[in-house]
Amino acid sequence: MRHLLILSLTQLTAPALVEIRDLNFSYDARPILQGINMTFPKGKLIAIMGLSGCGKTTLLRHIGGALKPNKGYVKVDGQVIHELDQAGLYAMRRKMGMLFQFGALFTDMSVYDNVAFQMREHTDLPEELIHDLVLMKLHAVGLRGTHHLMPSELSGGMARRVALARTVALDPMLIMYDEPFAGLDPISLTVVGDLIRRLNDALGATSVVVTHDVQESLKIVDYVYFMAGGVIVAEGTADEIRASKEDFVRQFVHGEIDGPVPFHYPGGNYRQELNLEG
Amino acid sequence: MPAAKVIKTIGHRVINTVWRIGLATRFFALILMYSGASFSRFRLTMKELFSTGVMSLIIIVVAGLFVGMVLGLQGYETLKRYGSESALGVMVALGLVRELGPVVAALLFASRAGSAMTAEIGLMKATEQITAMEMMAVNPIARIVAPRFWAGVISMPLLAAMFSAVGIFGGYFVGVVQIGVDEGSFWSQMQAAVDFREDILNGVLKSFVFGVVVTVIALFEGYDAPPTAEGVSGATTRTVVTSSLAILMLDFVMTAIMFRGN
Repeated sequence: MRHLLILSLTQLTAPALVEIRDLNFSYDARPILQGINMTFPKGKLIAIMGLSGCGKTTLLRHIGGALKPNKGYVKVDGQVIHELDQAGLYAMRRKMGMLFQFGALFTDMSVYDNVAFQMREHTDLPEELIHDLVLMKLHAVGLRGTHHLMPSELSGGMARRVALARTVALDPMLIMYDEPFAGLDPISLTVVGDLIRRLNDALGATSVVVTHDVQESLKIVDYVYFMAGGVIVAEGTADEIRASKEDFVRQFVHGEIDGPVPFHYPGGNYRQELNLEG
Repeated sequence: MPAAKVIKTIGHRVINTVWRIGLATRFFALILMYSGASFSRFRLTMKELFSTGVMSLIIIVVAGLFVGMVLGLQGYETLKRYGSESALGVMVALGLVRELGPVVAALLFASRAGSAMTAEIGLMKATEQITAMEMMAVNPIARIVAPRFWAGVISMPLLAAMFSAVGIFGGYFVGVVQIGVDEGSFWSQMQAAVDFREDILNGVLKSFVFGVVVTVIALFEGYDAPPTAEGVSGATTRTVVTSSLAILMLDFVMTAIMFRGN
């Protein structure tokens, strides 16, 4: 079942940076992604939403080249990701940035060294220039004063912002966010959401946010894909999603208990399991 | 049928073990293949040398001292029966440089540095640091694993040598200073009986092999650990158990090859 709210991609007129066509993937015999088609135009901020386990992160891993599809392809900047060799994939990844759910900061390095990591690994920039760039990146996320701290000394929200500074260290063309709002307090949540939007526009990048935080995401994104059970069940702009009458979208956006997503995990006969039936 | 189930379980474990040995061998080959940065950017290896080698020094020195003291005490009691107390230095030195130095130092290294390596790599995996590094187009084998491997390989023979040296001092302290064995015969007989190539170099070769084996096991278990608290703790336990058994088995094999007929 696939409900297209309105095919609003015509509103997103920029050329596509990411094209996903007929993407299928399964772990053993269990299908995770089934016939996914998506387009991420350059400069736009796209959200992929859905319940936990619906295949969002798996999709992100395909874009980053960590998984190979059973069928279909992901094309980034005109190149089919799963056809690249390791050198080609690494060259492509240098143009990408990814923010992980809990930051994934290197715990044996200071905040400064975390942000400088990619600059030292991939460029021959002198240390003086790296110093200035690191402080500028940290200043952009409001944490210049933390450069001497270790990750263990940061709060969850601060760690996420430092990770964001590290993600954009080399000004990537594509930024991927895996659950960037998970576990944040309301202020940090708004700060991170605002930073995602501002950094995308300032860098001229294209961003993909995988999340199930509806309210924060709808404030900042240009276009939304809803996934359930490995397929796209709805898509549209933020306003279209808010106004949607589709049952799944309504239940998800408004956090309703009743709807097509059941409260109970499928199980056996309740009365039989309680030995109430002879 | 219980018998069929037992056979199935044994078969499954054998296949699983062979599979893991194959994976570990492939992992070892990858480490060697991506070792360039460990030498071209030697400060990465130096940093690991500090945490694996220097930080293991205290436990190695203390253990070596006490093992040497026990050797001196037990050796004296045994040699006294045959009136050969003057050979105490030879016995302590040969026991340490041939066997106890490489073996006990490797066992301590596996417990202290090996388990720490496994836990560190396993936690890096569990907290997505390794995936993050891959997504930054940085090869984690080259950047994280290979420097630790070479640090382990370099530090193991040095730690074993330190263990033996301190152990000999412990034997001297108990035998000569405390019990009163003649100091001249203690050192001169040791000097005459211990052969540089046969004893010292073979001991160094043993500790080098133990360094390779322990470090590969520790790094592989960490890298292969399921990304959960239970997975990392299980991997750490496996590192200590597998390394210890591998050290003792390899020691027997190498001793049989090196010292047979001597």
